[in-house]
Amino acid sequence: MTRQLCEGSFHLVGGEFTHAGAASSELKAILTGLGIGTDLVRRAAIATFEAEMNVIIHAAAGVLNYSVTPERIQIVVSDMGPGIPDIGLAMTEGYSTAPDWVREMGWGAGMGLPNIKKNSDRFRVESVVGEGTTIEIIILMKGGDAGEGE
Amino acid sequence: MKVNEIAGKLCLRVNTAQGDLDREITGCYISDLLSDVMANAQDGEVWITLQTHPNIVAVAALKNLAGNIITNNRSPEEETLKKAEAERIPIMLSSSSTFETGGSLYRLLRC
Repeated sequence: MTRQLCEGSFHLVGGEFTHAGAASSELKAILTGLGIGTDLVRRAAIATFEAEMNVIIHAAAGVLNYSVTPERIQIVVSDMGPGIPDIGLAMTEGYSTAPDWVREMGWGAGMGLPNIKKNSDRFRVESVVGEGTTIEIIILMKGGDAGEGE
Repeated sequence: MKVNEIAGKLCLRVNTAQGDLDREITGCYISDLLSDVMANAQDGEVWITLQTHPNIVAVAALKNLAGNIITNNRSPEEETLKKAEAERIPIMLSSSSTFETGGSLYRLLRC
């Protein structure tokens, strides 16, 4: 059985822009404390921040669960949001459904999901319109198939 | 070149993290899109932007940037300053445009 180094969760609240980045910042500190390499921590932090922003921008609330084993970092973010009708379209760089006021803040440029995918070794999105979205991010500790997955 | 040197040479008003200006700058990234900065800014760079809200501090801290320069005489929000002080991110204000600030910094770092 794979040895678990660490696991935990953060609650995310939709519209809470002031605290955006708090979960990713804390996860970055936790991963750094576990002695995980800088590049892996950087990738996990970027992917987590983007996932956190998606919840804050689009959903009423969400939860971020993480677990770390010697083989991989797994981050799962589930939200109670509007859901994504066309995941392929949402993955297109530059496509966004964020409102104008969010875009004026410099978010909603349609880079979030592509950024998450770029920083993951495995990446999966599941969504039900009207119910919510779950994304799973896997970052492998040793090398891996960067950029793969859906 | 260090943060305090560019602050002096570009006549920037330093609003936060006065004790953290001794850091060497590796370069500069200019963008008002936060995802773009997260994707492309590099460790130790200064970030020039028009954005003034607290998320610029979270992004700068996450990317381990040397500081933020807010251009065009724009004032950061109170919460931005509080967060920047807590995260020890220097927030520097420029009365010049992004073009002029970036151009002057380019001359200092690359010429």
